[in-house]
Order: sequence, then structure tokens, then C-alpha cells
Amino acid sequence: MLQQKTLKSETYCYHCGDDLPVNLYLHDDKHFCCLGCKGVYQILSNHNLDNYYAYNDIPGQTQKTQSKHFEYLDEPEIMSKLVNYTDDKITSITLYIPAIHCSSCIWLLENLHKINPDIVQSRIDFLKKQVAIMFKHEHTSLRLVVEMLVSIGYEPLISLQDVVKKQQSDFSERNLVKKIAVAGFCFGNVMLLSFPEYFGLSDLEIQFKFFFGWLNLAFALPVTFYCGRDYFISAYHNLRKGILNLDFPLALGITVMFIRSLVEIISNTGAGFVDTLCGLVFFLLIGKWMQQRTYHHLSFERDYRSYFPVAVTLIKEGKEKPVPLNELSTGQRMLIRSNEIIPADAILLKGEAEIDFSFVTGESKPVKKTLGEVVYAGGRQLLGAIELEVVKPVSQSYLTGLWNNQAFFTEKNRIKTFSDTASKYFSIVLLLIALGSAAFWLLYKGNSQNAFDSFTAVLIIACPCALALSSPFTLAAVLSIFDKNKFYLKSTAVVEELARIDTFVFDKTGTITSPEATGFNFEGIITDEEKQLLSDLARNSGHPLSRELVKLLNRDKIYPVDEYVEKIGRGISGKINGNTVKLGGSTFLNLPLVVSPSNSNVHVMINDHYLGYFTFRQRWREGFKDLTFKLSKWADLHLISGDKDHDKQTLIPFFPRAQQMQFEQSPQNKLDYIQRLQQSGKKVLMFGDGLNDAGALRQSNLGVAVTDNINNFSPDCDAILDGASFHKIPQFIQQAKDAVKIIHISFGISLIYNALGLYFAVQGLLSPLIAAILMPVSTVTIILFTSLTARLYAAKNKLL
Amino acid sequence: MNMIYVLIGCSILLALIFLAAFFWASKTGQHDDTYTPSVRILFDEEISEQKEPQKYDEDHF
Repeated sequence: MLQQKTLKSETYCYHCGDDLPVNLYLHDDKHFCCLGCKGVYQILSNHNLDNYYAYNDIPGQTQKTQSKHFEYLDEPEIMSKLVNYTDDKITSITLYIPAIHCSSCIWLLENLHKINPDIVQSRIDFLKKQVAIMFKHEHTSLRLVVEMLVSIGYEPLISLQDVVKKQQSDFSERNLVKKIAVAGFCFGNVMLLSFPEYFGLSDLEIQFKFFFGWLNLAFALPVTFYCGRDYFISAYHNLRKGILNLDFPLALGITVMFIRSLVEIISNTGAGFVDTLCGLVFFLLIGKWMQQRTYHHLSFERDYRSYFPVAVTLIKEGKEKPVPLNELSTGQRMLIRSNEIIPADAILLKGEAEIDFSFVTGESKPVKKTLGEVVYAGGRQLLGAIELEVVKPVSQSYLTGLWNNQAFFTEKNRIKTFSDTASKYFSIVLLLIALGSAAFWLLYKGNSQNAFDSFTAVLIIACPCALALSSPFTLAAVLSIFDKNKFYLKSTAVVEELARIDTFVFDKTGTITSPEATGFNFEGIITDEEKQLLSDLARNSGHPLSRELVKLLNRDKIYPVDEYVEKIGRGISGKINGNTVKLGGSTFLNLPLVVSPSNSNVHVMINDHYLGYFTFRQRWREGFKDLTFKLSKWADLHLISGDKDHDKQTLIPFFPRAQQMQFEQSPQNKLDYIQRLQQSGKKVLMFGDGLNDAGALRQSNLGVAVTDNINNFSPDCDAILDGASFHKIPQFIQQAKDAVKIIHISFGISLIYNALGLYFAVQGLLSPLIAAILMPVSTVTIILFTSLTARLYAAKNKLL
Repeated sequence: MNMIYVLIGCSILLALIFLAAFFWASKTGQHDDTYTPSVRILFDEEISEQKEPQKYDEDHF
């Protein structure tokens, strides 16, 4: 065990666990993969925070990519929007930090005061990945605090959109928990007071009957009017719209139970159904709570505003000044640094622009722009700083114009659930039976007391408690199974929609291609000895392509390299074992442009003799072939990409019908394509990842965002799928179908219970005891049945 | 048997106190984060910095 641990620290970065490059960084006998990781370690060890590494092995995250500017946090206007609270001494702010992932993170972030003594308190909410920081702003500032967080590797994600929404949802959940507490409290007490009645009161105890009855009634008041209020409101609103949903028989049952208990207790003719009433509301609320389960650390409602930066740097009279994004207007000159996002359509004025539009257009290769050209919003600058003049405000740019589409204004169609459909018929049948039995007693027997009894008894006993619980409990179980497999659904209703899908539409870049997995092919002839030379040369470079190449060639280091030269982003050269070896792009090797069909090639030249080139090809996600094979048996598969069609040939085996592959599609085209499919009666599931898919994801019946890091930005969607679980899609669909099956079966079971109760009810024989036994027994049966079978099916589908 | 009135009154009062305690806990956000405190309690006090033995019940932020 100990040996394993030392071995680990020798070949992996002590901070982040990445593979070590040849030129590794050393500090205190520890190895680091990059300057960033080493820097974090130095800060922590200088402040006696070494324990960070003691609680977990390799707790850090890679620090290779970072260069952030936080000047904008000094602007009072932006600051006031972000902070929770500020007075003349102390400011408090809650920051969302995606990097939080282990107990070391908690420990470090709660010991921030050791690094910056002006931080009074820092508290982590691990599940929400939030840290609440209170600091004295006399000596430090928000910017300094944030920069300190970045320096230790915990960069907060600052966006104006997300913060407010989360607090609202918290509030409604807390309200529901309160209602459950009240209902549970009343349920427990009422059960206690009702028990003597069930066992029969002796003459001595009969004096308490009156007292117990009134106490029960007192408990029924908060349960009916506070806890059960939402059912009345919902039933009323739906009735006005002409919809009979499940809340209608529930509200009816609650009302009838309350009125009948009121009558019986006041007239001292019976014990009433208060215990059943309290139990019903209590179980219903628990079911509701299960259904409302949300993922706090995930946001399903992001639009371009959370992708874009909060502020942008303007150049005014030669000075740089950060302004909030919404104040950006046409004609202004902005400065975009390396790795920053261009927030508005603008004209390039100064600098060398190479922009990555993959997130916006789906085009996988960076685009070069010349001075005076229009650069569309949403691209990420890859080279040095550039200056641009804004031509359109943020909200009207080419990309964000998508959000002006009708699809974003209309509420997405509510998913029609099975219980919605079933409850319509259920309510009608229930009312017919109740009226029928009342009519029978009244007309044939002329017994109005029995008529009233049987009418109310039918409504009480048939109150679809078990029915109302079967969906939430099944779906909540499925949700937690999906969650373990890194498939996160926005709500439980999504499961039912998933079972109905018959058409799958895939985006290409980032969705079916994995950003990391790449493959190399060598075009030309190369000997083993030459491969050895290349491997030794490439080992010296930190460039991702070089590192891929070393991995591919898989050779031990033999020769040392002399006269090593690396031109960043262009190529490397060196003298190895007496041979001059050059590796790089065609311009680096002074080759005629004709030879290279695409940018992603690495050419090889040894001793001025051209050998050929490695082509770098994006690979499909693991299991993609298997997945398309399984799905195409019963569903339609479509591909819709913003990219050019250079991958069309390789995709033909996956999408046999060529007309179902669409290339060079704009975001609007994608949306329209989905709409056309829907108009021909298809239930469409869209897999996408970028902002360019946002419209299509919104329009589709079910939009699934595929991402390799669930904390990264993902567009507005119904579900988020971790790229690692991409190959499990057929299993997820099967599980969803099984879940619907379970709901149907449990619906049948609860109907049997209802029929049993109705047998007593129509005869006017329903005693409070039967109701009090039948209701909890049926509820428990349903809860057990649904959660157990959902897990059994999951095991069958290999999801557990 | 009249004692029952008092006893039931007491039991309901007690239950109400617990309900109020739950409300208070919920209002002050004690149910908001159910995970972090379980980790936080496992962190050791730092010994290297201060030589004198620390009080265990000290409330530190």
C-alpha cells in the first residue's frame, strides 16, 4: 500500500495527478506537471496548509490553463450585483466554485483566513459547490479575494444569471418541508388519539370519546387548510381550464373526509376519518417532495448570459476600463485577451485573431480573421490580445438573436404524464360510482342517511393516494439510478417522455466526438528507427499533439536531443543521433501548401527528406458504433452539424441514410429541422452540447446536453449527460420504458385496493377502522413495490 | 382518570415544542447543507502552529 503511494507520487503530479512531462517542476522533492500546480503548492506550504494533501491524494485540479483578469470586480456597479450583503466593515458574498470535489477542498476553503487574514469566515456548501465568504473590505477587496481563490486553484464561476434563481427554489422546497413536518406531527398525534376508538372503549373510557374527537378535529384543521391547500388550489385552477387531473379526486377526498369528520364529531355520532385524512396528506406531501428532488449544483436553464463574461474591458482614450456587459454599446472599442470570449459582433481593429467557434457553430477548427473583418459573438480568442469595435449590442448579435426565436418565449409544452391521462378517467368513474351508490340508497331504499354515508365513503376510500404515489416513487428511484450513472434529469416527468422517444438527433462536434480522444494515422513510409527518433524529439514538447504522438509511438527514451527548438504552435526540431529531425505544420517545414489537405496534420522531415505526415482525426465517443446499431433497430437516427462535411464519409456506417445527415447548419436551421420532424409526428430527442444547439434542444421533445465536465457550461436542456456515460443511452431508454411499465402495474395494484374498499363503501359499511388500515397498507405496498422493482429492472439493464 | 387530560395536554405540548424546534432549525438553514458538516467534523485541529494543547470545545471559525 505504502509502496503504491510512493510510486504514484513519482509518476504523477503531486497536486493534480496528471502525467509528468519530461521537463517536470520540482519543489520540496515533489514533482509537478506545470508551473501552476507548483505555484499552488508553494502558496499552501507557505501558509502551513500542507494538510490539504494529507486528507486526499492528489486533491488539486490541473492549473495548465488559466489567465484571468478580474479588474471588473473593482467596479462598484458590478460588485453590488454580486454581493449578498455589505456594510461599512464587512462584505459577504456567495461564490460558485465548480472545482470543489473532495474533503480537502472543504478543509482548504474553510481555512482561507490563514492566507488572507482579512477573511473573517468562509463556509462551504459542498453539494451546491458554493462557498460563502465574509471579509473586511477595509484592507482587502472582492477582486483580491477572487484572485486569491484563483491562485490556489479554485476559480469561481461568476455569472449574473444563476445566483438569484437558486435562492428562489430553495424557498419553495423549505416551504414543502415545513408542511410535511406539520402533517407528520398531526398524523402521529391523531393516530395516538384514535387507537382507543379502534380497540373499543370501555364504559369508563367513553367519557374521553368526546374529548379525543374534538382534539382530532383541532389537528385536522392545519392539515386540511395549511398542508393540503395546494391540492385545492391546483384542482380549482385545473377545473377552470377544464382539466381533470389527479389533484381533483385528492382534493375531493380531503374535503369529504374533513366535512364528514366535522359532522360526525360535532353531532357525536362517530369518530370521523381524521386519522386517514392526516395520513393521506402526509404521504402525498412526501411523494411530492420526492418528485421535487433537484440537483443544486446543476443548472438546466442557462442561456448565453451565463456563457458570456460578466464584464468586458473597454479602451477609452487609451485607458482600459471594465464595464458590465449590458452597458456595451455600438461603436465602443473593446479589448479581448487570450482565451476570452467575444461578447458581441464586432470588427477586428488590431491584433492577430484566431478564434475558436466550436461552441457557437460546431466548426471544430479555429478560424483566422483579418483586420477589418466582422467577428461574430461567442468565439474564443486563442492567440494574443486583440482590439475590436462593437457593431451590434450583445442581445442582437448573430448568436444571441437565436434567443429571440418564438421557441424561447413559449413555455415548453408540459410533458404529458401517465397519471394525468389516467386520472381523467379515474375521476369520472369515481364520481359515477359515488353518485350511483347514493342514488341506489336514496331511490330504492329511501334511506338518506345511508345514501350520504355511502356517497362520502366512496369518495374517501377511493381517494387515489396510492395512485398519486406510484409515479413519484418509481420516477424518483429511476432518477437516483440515472444519477449514479451520471445522467442528470431536470425533473421526474422527463423519464416518461424518454420512454416515448422514437427519433434521435445528434450534433457532431463535442457530442458524438470526444474532445480528448484523438487518433493518428501516418501517411507515408517510416522505419522503426525513424519512429524512435520522432518519439525522442516529441517527448520534449508540451504540446498536446506531441504528447499524443509519444503515447501512440509508445517507445522508451534512447537518444538525447541536441539543438532542440520549439516554435510554439508551429513545430519542433532537433538533432538526434546525428540526424536533423523536424516535426510540425507545413509552413514550419517550408512545404508547398498543396500537400496538406487539412490543418490538423503533423508533417515529418528527417535530414531534409520529406517522409509524410500524421493525420489527426477526431474519434467518436466510446461505444458510439454499438449505440447507433442498437438504436437504429427501432428508432430513426439523424445527424445535424454546424461543421463542414469533411467527416461525412466516416459517418456513413453510423447513419446509413445520407439524407439524414445534415452539415453546415446554422442554429436556426437546426431548430427548424427538429420542428419539421415533430410536424411529421415524431417524438424527437436531441443530443447537443454547444450554444448553437440551444434552439434545437429547446424545440425538441427532450433536449439532452452532453458534456465531459458537468460543471462546465451547458445550454438550456431537460437533461445533462456526462460524456463518460454516452454509451449507456440504450440502457437509459430501456430503464425509462421499464419505469413506465412499473407505473402501470402499480396503478393496477392500487386499483385492486380501491375496489376492495369500494366493496365496503357502496354498502355503507365503511368504518373508520377499515379506512385507517387500508390507506396506509396500500401506500406502503406501492412504495415498496415501485422502489424495489425499479432497482430490479436497473440491475437487469446493468445500471446498478 | 382525569389525569389523562393533563397527560395528553403535556404530550401535545411536548410535541409542539419539537415541531417549533424543527421550524427554527429549518428557518436558520440547518437543513440546507446536510453533507458538509459531516466532513468538517473530521478535520484535525492544527497542532504544529500552537504548542500549547488546545481546548477541544473551542468554537473556531
